[in-house]
Amino acid sequence: MSAPAAHGSTPDYFIPQPSSWPIKGSIALFLMALGAATWINGMFPGPWALAIGLAFLVYMLFGWFGTVAGESEGGRYSGKVDVSFRWSMSWFIFSEVMFFAAFFGALYYARVFSVPWLGDLDQRLLWPDFKAQWPTAGPEIAESFTPMGPFWIPTINTALLLSSGVTLTIAHHALKDNKRGVLNLFMFLTILLGVVFLGFQAYEYAHAYSDLNLKLSTGIYGSTFFMLTGFHGFHVTVGAIMLIVVWVRCMKGHFKPDHHFAFEGAAWYWHFVDVVWLGLYIVVYWM
Amino acid sequence: MSAVLDQHGHSHGHDDHHHGPPSGLMRWVMTTNHKDIGTLYLWFSFIMFLTGGVLALGIRMELFQPGLQYWNPEFFNQLTTMHGLIMVFGAIMPAFVGFANWLIPLQIGAPDMAFARMNNWSFWLLVPAAMLLVISFFVPGGATAAGWTLYAPLSTQMGLGMDLGIFAMHIMGASSIMGSINIVTTILNMRAPGMTLMKMPMFCWTWLITAYLLIAVMPVLAGAITMVLTDRHFGTSFFNAAGGGDPVMYQHIFWFFGHPEVYIMILPAFGIISHVVPAFARKQLFGYASMVYATSSIAILSFIVWAHHMFTTGMPASGQLFFMYATMLIAVPTGVKVFNWIATMWKGSMTFETPMLFAVGFIFVFTMGGFTGLICAVTPIDIQIQDTYYVVAHFHYVLVAGSLFALFSGTYYWIPKWTGHMYDEGLGKLHFWASIIFFNITFFPMHFLGLAGMPRRIPDYATQFADFNAIASVGAFGFGLSQLIFLVVVLKAIKGGAKVGDKPWEGAEGLEWTVPSPAPYHTFETAPQVK
Amino acid sequence: MGVAKWINKVAAAAVPALGAGAALAQAVVDMPGGPAVRQLNLPPPVTGIASQIYDLHFVMLGICAVIFVAVFGVMFYSVFAHRKSKGHKPADFHESTAVEIAWTVVPMIIVIVMAALATKTVLAMKDTSNADITIKATGYQWKWGYDYVKGEGEGISFFSSLSTPREQIEGKAPKGVNYMLEVDNEVVVPVGRKIRILTTAQDVIHAWMIPAFGVKQDAIPGFIRDTWFKAEKVGVYRGQCAELCGKEHGFMPIVVNVKTEADYTKWVEEQKKLMAAKMDDPNKQWTQAELIARGEKVYAATCVACHQASGKGTPPAFPPLDGAKVVQGPKDNPIAVLLNGRQGTAMASFKSLSDVELAAVLTYTRNSWGNKTGDAVMPADIKAAKAWDAAKLNQLSAKAQ
Ligand code: HEA
Ligand code: HEA
Ligand code: HEC
Ligand code: CUA
Ligand SMILES: [Cu+2]
Repeated sequence: MSAPAAHGSTPDYFIPQPSSWPIKGSIALFLMALGAATWINGMFPGPWALAIGLAFLVYMLFGWFGTVAGESEGGRYSGKVDVSFRWSMSWFIFSEVMFFAAFFGALYYARVFSVPWLGDLDQRLLWPDFKAQWPTAGPEIAESFTPMGPFWIPTINTALLLSSGVTLTIAHHALKDNKRGVLNLFMFLTILLGVVFLGFQAYEYAHAYSDLNLKLSTGIYGSTFFMLTGFHGFHVTVGAIMLIVVWVRCMKGHFKPDHHFAFEGAAWYWHFVDVVWLGLYIVVYWM
Repeated sequence: MSAVLDQHGHSHGHDDHHHGPPSGLMRWVMTTNHKDIGTLYLWFSFIMFLTGGVLALGIRMELFQPGLQYWNPEFFNQLTTMHGLIMVFGAIMPAFVGFANWLIPLQIGAPDMAFARMNNWSFWLLVPAAMLLVISFFVPGGATAAGWTLYAPLSTQMGLGMDLGIFAMHIMGASSIMGSINIVTTILNMRAPGMTLMKMPMFCWTWLITAYLLIAVMPVLAGAITMVLTDRHFGTSFFNAAGGGDPVMYQHIFWFFGHPEVYIMILPAFGIISHVVPAFARKQLFGYASMVYATSSIAILSFIVWAHHMFTTGMPASGQLFFMYATMLIAVPTGVKVFNWIATMWKGSMTFETPMLFAVGFIFVFTMGGFTGLICAVTPIDIQIQDTYYVVAHFHYVLVAGSLFALFSGTYYWIPKWTGHMYDEGLGKLHFWASIIFFNITFFPMHFLGLAGMPRRIPDYATQFADFNAIASVGAFGFGLSQLIFLVVVLKAIKGGAKVGDKPWEGAEGLEWTVPSPAPYHTFETAPQVK
Repeated sequence: MGVAKWINKVAAAAVPALGAGAALAQAVVDMPGGPAVRQLNLPPPVTGIASQIYDLHFVMLGICAVIFVAVFGVMFYSVFAHRKSKGHKPADFHESTAVEIAWTVVPMIIVIVMAALATKTVLAMKDTSNADITIKATGYQWKWGYDYVKGEGEGISFFSSLSTPREQIEGKAPKGVNYMLEVDNEVVVPVGRKIRILTTAQDVIHAWMIPAFGVKQDAIPGFIRDTWFKAEKVGVYRGQCAELCGKEHGFMPIVVNVKTEADYTKWVEEQKKLMAAKMDDPNKQWTQAELIARGEKVYAATCVACHQASGKGTPPAFPPLDGAKVVQGPKDNPIAVLLNGRQGTAMASFKSLSDVELAAVLTYTRNSWGNKTGDAVMPADIKAAKAWDAAKLNQLSAKAQ
């Protein structure tokens, strides 16, 4: 049975041996959930369990992806397995799109339905002075705040992310042409652009809190603004970590011109994060 | 085994030549075998079914007669909520994933799922999630009591139990998404040569579409409960009018997930029935192509009907009309399925072993549930019966007599393949008759209660409702006890019983019946050729 | 309608008096305006909308029953005739475009007919214009508040809570006919007039429903939604809160008393007098004892559901007031808690109570059970506090005092 298949094309499958990474991941998530839930309620074990769980999760991710990278470099993934990876990454990104859709949907609903309703005639009984306009913190959160406009940080950030898409594509072409030096350089540039983006975003948040009086608790505007940009920022962080891992592997000489799905998967993810940002830039900052 | 696997088996020092599973507990914890994982899913879901069932018995005990007997109202709400959550996320959904794991590779001629290791994680994520739910009963304030729909702002009031519930659902959602990605990929990429999509067994088709629904809506649920979490603890105002948000927005987001979710729980059931009916009618499935189109139409329509759960929230008339029309349309493709099954039976050569009994029972009783669904879809009528026991009756008809009966039917049908033994036919038939009779005793009277105006989720009621509640409670205990028969049948079939050959059912068709029973640990290591 | 009544009767006779065993050993009779014993169908309609719904349901049920019998007639015929044990050999057809198109198109037509029938009623139900009387119904955890905002009776305002005694619920006393569906203050409306109900809520979502009127409308905190009815018969009609709203969701009934025009006018006058009598004299100087006595009543009506008569609450969901630091500390804090509520908890704002009531209930809680501050909170204190801004209220009412 361990004989190679007679005809070169058939042995397409890869079935891994029993593995302990999944159960480790489950234990990690259990600790994290328990920790997070108790922490936000000010109870034991709170942050302790969360931190241990998180550390364990990071360990698991390193181990698991390390195994996968090893298997890939060991040439154990056939073309068919590669196609499976492509399908799965596409569907995973689709699920992420739907996650963002929930929050974009919330923003849309608030602007088109709930805020105008709150300001309509019947509601005078409850909120006599509320004027329906966007942005708003709602009828009862009276503190004044300044909304976040598109200039200049978000616009600069848009430019950063768009250029990072370009540099990433250059890196990809370099990989395909087997120009490893260019590849490594442009990977680095891509990551750098991502990190600078995050830096600007952090600065923007600080600015919002300290100068604009714009907080997570600033009614529906603050809620949607910070949750959308926050989850996006989180995804940029994840994407950047992916790219860093890929970069390190590039420098180790991993990937071949015709076989480098990990690279492409990370790149797809990065482009997805890019597109979400464009959506945010238009819907959150401009409209 | 595939050459790729063992050619390069260097790094882990494992034995490349063992064919059977590793032994002991670790076999189950670390397994990457789709059959093992399928078995784990099935046992997990059965245990969850018993747990959820015991909670249901708690509900029915309190409702046996008017007045407060056993629980305080707060705990009663916890029972209702956890019953709903556990049945939906713990029992029915994982059971179908268990079937998918066992059957999809066998039916499409693949050696395993596309991502065997991730498959293991999908299962083992359910266990911590279930533990979190169970733990939440014992924390100060108790489990979440906001209904399985977790409507805000009630869900922003609860204590730690609510947060544990939210995180449990996040984890279950992650499990579902990974499981679905695995299933989609397996079906799209790992079919044996010659098996085109339109030759694929119906069960795989229904799961392909279900998996797509899951990937589309589970993240939306995650978004909704994340907003509840931040409203609870981090000062956001998504569902708080004072901050410009809207409680009804939660319902829109939730039901955008929730309605497709109910089809997620029924489409694989349709798939199972589409195997059992032809097998026992000894006649090919009628209208294969229209079955595929009907399933797809149901899935597509399911995205534009969600607000039929919200007719009483006070949406504009145009909204009510749109959602009413869209909802009623779903009766058409569902009808096509029902008619196709009946046409399959027509002029067949039928026998009525337990799988077929459950399948016929399914068609009959599910259709009743479908009709009451249609009645709910008519906005003015729904405004009368929304949040009453009529709705409870409707969804138990489609979920218990629908999803659950299909699961039983499938289990009886495939258990010879899983265990290599024929189940005890006498006990199986007893299980069927006890189930269908007690089922109707339990849930039929609820239609009357609902029409008469008894709200759901209440621990006490007007004395005029007493008789039907008493009948329902008696039925519930009978139904619950009947399920122990099922447990006995399954255990007996695992332990022993008549040995069966590759294909114990005369009319069965499909690749799974070409391998020995019980199915060997590894199957289809070289892909079969499908003509 | 006639047919339905008849079915009801037959079935009522057919189902044996099994319930006697389950309920207390007492004859249960129909509840006037509420459910009948073993009622099988929608309640007898009392409004035009309700009777449209009633008929619509009847038609739908009829169509479904016919389809059901037809479809399963075929299936059971097949089940009996096409058995292997009868030697039936399987045919080998497995598709037929004509048949498949037919059974797609015919159901399509049927549902279109059904939808068309319902559309008119949907539009009629939504038409809340030109109401004679407008009443605002506010859901609280767990009772209803009513304000007559427009039309005859304008200005009337009261709370309405379950009046079934605790002993009946706990089985220590025989249950009355109106068990669970009776209230202390009923909503009163005139017969034959269009009544518009505005629903809203203070804390979580509730729903205002009267089955006999064909009315159910969610009451959503922070939003006003509306519905309407025009009752055609004098009588008392009963329903309950129909949206899960927490612990006592099952215990917040709704009772509407439909009176003749003349009786309604009389009722309005009585109410006006009563309200005038109840109005606190703004110049009255309250003593501590008076405030405590008044506060005890307010507490029993408003706070007791959560914090319990003993003041011990049901921790951890509902904290005790007995011995609570907040209650016994500086006045400003408990005042702020009452005016502001505690965001994200069941403790809502009670600023809808009058200054006197708030002062009274605080004086009561500060001097009851083990609490002995010995002072009194005066209506003037509340009045002053009502002028505080949001930031101050938030800060004073916050938990970590
Ligand atoms: C497996 C799960 C499942 C399935 C399959 C369905 C199927 C349907 N459901 Fe159901 N539903 C639920 C699970 C399900 N439902 C749950 C869990 C709830 C409550 C959630 C909660 O609030 O907690 C609910 C609630 C619910 C409501 C909201 C009620 C309320 O809260 O007020 C409505 C309203 O429109 C509805 C409608 C329908 C319709 C029209 C169908 C249709 O798909 C049915 C179609 C089938 C048929 C019609 C029968 C077969 C057809 C023929 C034989 C053809 C000929 C027929 C005609 C032409 C009439 N459902
Ligand atoms: C998904 C599937 C599903 C299934 C299978 C069931 C099964 C059952 N449900 Fe279900 N139910 C829901 C989904 C389901 N339910 C949902 C989604 C809700 C809405 C929740 C909400 O409002 O938020 C609901 C609500 C609901 C209510 C309304 C509660 C309320 O509004 O307050 C009631 C009341 O009778 C009820 C009863 C039952 C009963 C009697 C069964 C029976 O079929 C159960 C039978 C099984 C058993 C009884 C277990 C058998 C085992 C034993 C007897 C052995 C026990 C021994 C040991 C373990 C040692 N359910
Ligand atoms: C619907 C339930 C409910 C009702 C009715 C209610 N309360 Fe409360 N109350 C709560 C809850 C829950 C808390 C705890 C809030 C928190 O966790 O901060 C609370 C907290 C308080 C506190 C602060 C106690 C502390 O130790 O922090 C005071 C004072 C109080 N309530 C007074 C009252 C008074 C007076 C009334 C009646 C006018 C009343 N409450 C009615 C639910 C209620
Ligand atoms: Cu108020 Cu339910
Ligand atoms: Cu639905």
